[in-house]
Amino acid sequence: MRRLLGSHDDTRPWTGPYVSYDLVKGLCIALGVVTSLAVLLAVLFSSPDEQPSTIEQWSRRMPVNFLMAATKELDDESLTAEYGPPYNHNGEGQHAAFLDPQKWLGVDQPIDTAEDYVIGPLRTLSSDLALQRGIAEYKEASAYLQSDGTNSYEKALRKASVAGDGSVSVRPGEYENVDTIMHGLLGLAQSGGLESDLLNSHQSFQTDYTKPLLLMADGELLEERANEQHLLAKQWGMMNETGSYPGQAWLWLYTFWYQIEPFKSSPNADILVILVTTLLSLAFVCIPFIPGIRSIPRLIPVHRLIWREHYRAQSTPLHELSQAS
Amino acid sequence: MSATAANHAAGDRGKAVSPSTSWTTRARAAAVRAAAVGTLPPEQLLPDSQPTYVASWIYVFGLAALAALVVIVGSGILLSLKGLAWWHYTAVGRFFNSIHLWAVELFFFTMVIHLWGKFWMAAWRGGRARVWVTGAVTFLIAIPTALTGYISQQNFDAQWISIQAKDAMNSIGVGAVFNVTNFGQMYSYHVLILPIVVLSLVLAHILLVCRHRVVPPFELDTRRASARISPKRESLRPESPRPAPVSERHPPADRAPS
Repeated sequence: MRRLLGSHDDTRPWTGPYVSYDLVKGLCIALGVVTSLAVLLAVLFSSPDEQPSTIEQWSRRMPVNFLMAATKELDDESLTAEYGPPYNHNGEGQHAAFLDPQKWLGVDQPIDTAEDYVIGPLRTLSSDLALQRGIAEYKEASAYLQSDGTNSYEKALRKASVAGDGSVSVRPGEYENVDTIMHGLLGLAQSGGLESDLLNSHQSFQTDYTKPLLLMADGELLEERANEQHLLAKQWGMMNETGSYPGQAWLWLYTFWYQIEPFKSSPNADILVILVTTLLSLAFVCIPFIPGIRSIPRLIPVHRLIWREHYRAQSTPLHELSQAS
Repeated sequence: MSATAANHAAGDRGKAVSPSTSWTTRARAAAVRAAAVGTLPPEQLLPDSQPTYVASWIYVFGLAALAALVVIVGSGILLSLKGLAWWHYTAVGRFFNSIHLWAVELFFFTMVIHLWGKFWMAAWRGGRARVWVTGAVTFLIAIPTALTGYISQQNFDAQWISIQAKDAMNSIGVGAVFNVTNFGQMYSYHVLILPIVVLSLVLAHILLVCRHRVVPPFELDTRRASARISPKRESLRPESPRPAPVSERHPPADRAPS
């Protein structure tokens, strides 16, 4: 145990022989070999480039799913609506014991899903008077009636019919204004207008895709495509890139924890996994200073394989060495 | 300013001051040169010999990781110069993007083997803890550098990874400064901020390796090691007597416990 935990460092400066070594030549050879290997792999396997998903594609390919997600956004019941910081105050966020950094740092990318994803974009269609009247009626209704209308509409969507042009029909019910709103939103989404309305920046060059990405993540299109590409956590996860290319295999220590309990079923899985990975990463950096861990290489003699020629030389009797030299 | 001083200033205006005539400049240059050479003499910075125990394939992987990093930076500079969409619609762009991707895979592969090798050598011994620490931190910083690269691809993979990664970032409250769904922010991290950090760490790591040299084997028996030199190696030895080992001339001040 003393040997395991001890801090004795008997490493002495090397006073033995040296051999000639050309560092620059070695680096040039390494560069040539690695470049050739990278070029060879690029020629043989290329790289994946699956087209991105858009809200327009989603609303055309899965219009009912789009409307279901949009109705939840309107009713503040979607994943984004109930997320909490940094998007809104509707959720607690994740925490670990007394650590609550998600809440501490507050809301810095505010998203009001009803206003930002539904009402706001539809206000741009000011010439559609029926739509504007439907929005006004919905806004004037009590919270109870709003919720009742969206819930009834969601139920009706489960039996909706989809026409060839992508339009959706639901049976008549006590949700007329919600149906009007959603009909307008579907049309806007299928025209491609909703995506541009959701970009935060209103300059020429758009770079922040937080809102459109979160809206799409509330639907099923991205997950369906990820399933097809074997990207889900229950499949290959981050180990895989689209097209079965190698992904970020170096994240295995991080993603591993999501596969086991108690992390797997914890509502605070992300912060717990980050904390565990941070602690392990710190330990990894501090190996030279951790008693026991730093002695493992001494106790498990893999170094005998690495320096086998050196140890073979040491094991030769001295009188043979004198004769050899 | 007094009238005399103002006159002097007006008189000197427009005259070029040669650095060689300035005692301050020359003294400062000499001090910097002395400090740099004293810390890392040329024979340490670019050594032309190495101890005989450096005789294993495991030593190749550090150099290979460095070479892969050069390929990554080179292909990355080309990709960024040609613009974000270039590799999506041209065969040449796709080819260089592929080189960039495979160089990253090679970089991590060689770096992981390098790290494992150094772990089993306990390469932090003999005052080399900083060498290990800079190498390990480089590996850790390389991970978000690669992550931001995957997110900057502007394709479905980027969308999926950013959606998956956002919860972890938000859970620890860094979503504001590391918002994985903000392409502009991620691209800045990928092509500027994180590469500077990685390259600085790699430079520090290399300089520390040059200063402290490769860690000697465990249970060193210098008497026996000195006595045995294979005929092949004997022929490779420099003809001139080898100067005193670096570590003797400059004993490491930061000898860490092992």
